[in-house]
Amino acid sequence: MVSSAISLSTVVLFLPLIGMFILLFLRSEGKDGHGNENIKWTAFGFSVATFIATLIMWATFNPAETGLQFVQKLDWIPSIGISFYLGVDGISILLIVLTGFIMPVAILSSFRAHVIHERGREKLYYAFMLLLEFAMLGVFMAQDLFMFYIFWEVTLVPMYFLIGIWGAERRIYAAVKFFLYTMAGSILMLLAILYVGIQAQTFSVPDIVAGIQSGALVFPFSGIFSTQSFLFLGFLIAFAIKVPIWPLHSWLPDAHVQAPTAGSVILAGVLLKLGTYGIVRFCLPLFPEATVAWAPFVATLAVIGIIYGAWVSYAQTDVKKLVAYSSVSHLGFVVLGIFALNNQGIQGAILQMVNHGISTGGLFLLVGMLYERRHTKDIAAYGGIWKVMPVFGGLSLVITMSSMGLPGLNGFVGEFVILMGTFGSEVLGFFFALFATLGVILAAVYMLYMYQKVFMGEVTHEENKHLEPLHWQETTVLVAMIVVILWIGLQPAPFFAAMDSTVNHVVQNLGPAITSVVMK
Amino acid sequence: MFEVPSFADLNLWLTAPATVLALGACLLLLVDILFIPADRKVTTAWLAIGVIAVSFVVNLFTFNESGSAFLGMFVADGFTSVANVIILVSAFISVLLSIDYVKRAQIERGEFYSLILFSVSGMMFMVSANDLVSIFVSLELLSIPLYILAAFRVPDVRSEESGMKYFILGAFASAFFVYGSALVFGATGHTGLPEIFQSVEGIVADGGSAGVLLLLGAGLILVGLGFKVAVVPFHMWTPDVYEGAPTPVTAFMSVGAKVGGFAALIRLVAVALPTFVLAEGDTVTVWQQAFWLVAAATLILGNFVAVAQTNVKRMLAYSSIAHAGYIMMAVAAAGTAGVADAAAQATLLYLLAYMFTNLGAFGVALSIEKDDGSGTSIEDFVGLAKSRPRLALMMAVFMLSLTGIPLTAGFVGKWFVFKAALDANLIPLAIIGVLTSVVSAFYYLRIIVNMYLRDGEGDRAEGATEYVNWAVYVAFAGTLVMGILPVLATNLTDAITIASTAVR
Repeated sequence: MVSSAISLSTVVLFLPLIGMFILLFLRSEGKDGHGNENIKWTAFGFSVATFIATLIMWATFNPAETGLQFVQKLDWIPSIGISFYLGVDGISILLIVLTGFIMPVAILSSFRAHVIHERGREKLYYAFMLLLEFAMLGVFMAQDLFMFYIFWEVTLVPMYFLIGIWGAERRIYAAVKFFLYTMAGSILMLLAILYVGIQAQTFSVPDIVAGIQSGALVFPFSGIFSTQSFLFLGFLIAFAIKVPIWPLHSWLPDAHVQAPTAGSVILAGVLLKLGTYGIVRFCLPLFPEATVAWAPFVATLAVIGIIYGAWVSYAQTDVKKLVAYSSVSHLGFVVLGIFALNNQGIQGAILQMVNHGISTGGLFLLVGMLYERRHTKDIAAYGGIWKVMPVFGGLSLVITMSSMGLPGLNGFVGEFVILMGTFGSEVLGFFFALFATLGVILAAVYMLYMYQKVFMGEVTHEENKHLEPLHWQETTVLVAMIVVILWIGLQPAPFFAAMDSTVNHVVQNLGPAITSVVMK
Repeated sequence: MFEVPSFADLNLWLTAPATVLALGACLLLLVDILFIPADRKVTTAWLAIGVIAVSFVVNLFTFNESGSAFLGMFVADGFTSVANVIILVSAFISVLLSIDYVKRAQIERGEFYSLILFSVSGMMFMVSANDLVSIFVSLELLSIPLYILAAFRVPDVRSEESGMKYFILGAFASAFFVYGSALVFGATGHTGLPEIFQSVEGIVADGGSAGVLLLLGAGLILVGLGFKVAVVPFHMWTPDVYEGAPTPVTAFMSVGAKVGGFAALIRLVAVALPTFVLAEGDTVTVWQQAFWLVAAATLILGNFVAVAQTNVKRMLAYSSIAHAGYIMMAVAAAGTAGVADAAAQATLLYLLAYMFTNLGAFGVALSIEKDDGSGTSIEDFVGLAKSRPRLALMMAVFMLSLTGIPLTAGFVGKWFVFKAALDANLIPLAIIGVLTSVVSAFYYLRIIVNMYLRDGEGDRAEGATEYVNWAVYVAFAGTLVMGILPVLATNLTDAITIASTAVR
């Protein structure tokens, strides 16, 4: 089904790339970052255009369809079964819209960042942002393993430069660590991809999945150390490093703390989701038996991550590091939900990916705004900020509560559904849910602690008495985040509707594997 | 006793690309001495490029020809044609890199270009050689000009050392090769690769002393060729030779000699020895196990030692050892029945990718090199992104390509090499390969770190003259085009078959 008509997915994918090339041909007018308005607004314009295109995609998306939509398939290397193959289904549609949403927010929040003005090279900065958006959208839409791997690795390069050039003091260390960690994981996935492709004679994911379901393609499974399990681990380790699942998380605090604000927002908002998305997209349908067999183990790591992340967050004195560790905890929930291997768990996990993107992305924006004013990330340096910046304090409260999982806001919905799924799961069960719930309580502890230390009480530091009020650009991005937070919190139905039938389909296909492995 | 073959039997047309080049080299030597004044040596360079271009065109005409020439001493097939393309493009880029360099280093002599052409013709003969004798002759034709070129920068001590070291160790390697060939001849009674193939099965079944001779002979040949392509443990000469030789020569020999050496190696094992097992009934060929070890050792040593280098030429030398390891992986894969063709294709694709990327990287290194040969330390890259943004961008792409990051040629090469290894079920070797490539990311990234992430005053990059820039542009374009549209490269290699029809 090689078609030549251009589908909407191709438009969404290439808009940022076109934007990047146009940027490269624009003239940088001013020196030291002032007067580069044309570059900033071009980048912003293209990210908004991409966002609108993703919204159109969501609006025309047919939620009843279980298969791929907006398909684009062209030959790439026909002789070994590699094609340029894009498609969108219920698993990816929300994440594509999330990417579309986060990017303009991140770009707008960079306009006033000091560090970018100091280091200069603004054109390069925004070009990397758009390149990153291109690669991330590619990961979510690629339906060919070769293509998926390409986009997966290409996300590394712009992020590496974003951290490395515009990061904080130890940026080089953090950038190199980020690159090597992620590459070490993904390169093993490359071998697994090649093995799968050689066995299947094609790299097209839907074809491979169809082959597995029809029994035409079998990866032998005879326990947690068999061919299928090794392939599963090849994929899982790559994804686990990206998520990151405890104990593979150590690159994350460094990357987050050193990255510029917008880099952290994208990292938390979208980049980490590539890992959890990959698990749902590839591990579950390609290696069903291995997934079921390994599920309790991975879920245990996830629960450890939930509690560990929360615990370590509480101990931080650096507010950005606190938020970074909270990511480890939150993504533990997502992984737990996925490995519940039932409808509620996976749907909750996908929604929680979006939620975490918004909430934690929002928290990083808050930290960034504080940093712009005070040039420190030390929690002790703040206190009583609400008195000085009342609007900021109020908006921050909503975002903090959302991250905590307050009912009525988005985080609650996701966590609740995940816990329900875990509780009713055939492979996990009561104890996993119990310990994960502990994580919800701990989240309230460290988040409230952070909020209290930074925003409440008296203004104890002289420097904090006169802080610049929020700029309209800052208010805009925060309000945009809060609108989504309230929307998901109060009316999550449209989000679940978009993924319902696809997730159902995935879970159904796992059915035989669950029966055969759990029963054994 | 001997029947004198007729001229038509020689099938000269099939080896025309290499022959044209050899003749062109001879002519260039004369023309240069007789007609070109000492201050106009650029003309010689352009004439050399002309000879390369003519050979390239002839190669296009003979591209789809197949058959044997010189009574079976040489063959022409798809493998030869594609390898010729790689060699000729690398020669073209190397000559472009040389033009201003020889002027700056005050070693501008006309013989320089003739020597490059002679070496190129040796490489081209080598990729089509189908007989131990013709492999040896081409090997010498390839090597001797390179010994001279390595020492061309006299009286610079490092260059002299480089040439001397290369010569002595190269001579040893050749001796190993010759001795091995003699033993193989003793065992089989033949020097032609297809004829050797026919007698191998009998020797294995027989289980007598001929088998030992064959084993020893094949081993010595491997040692000889292993020196040429610089795989562990025959790699010791590489860093010193690469560092001391004039940079364009280093660039040229890091690519060209590898193409020749690996082509001969894979043809030898795929055509002559695909059925060479220790005892009858074994499924794994003897040499696959040996190559497995060599590849693994090369990957590990090359990548780990490269981490410790502070001079970019030396770093690239160790990196070239590491890349020889990846190619060796494909050659080892050729030892599994049915994978030889895929392995040959992977070898060529990897060499093509490596050719563009490595020549580009050397081109940039040459750009920042000072007239006296210093200034190639990794520290000299600090700030390059500010002082020469375009050069830095291209270097960054070359480094990413050497790492094997997608959308660059290096990734395509690695993809096919790993695929061949998995096809051949060499899974542990493939795992070593991918893990060491993470190590390689570390030292390649260091160059990018220095160029982009560290603050400092950039170098003026006085070597970045127009010719050098053009050479780097060509390499850059090749790296990206092959990375984004791999189908252009795979179309060339798709139809390549190398294995003897008997075992396919």
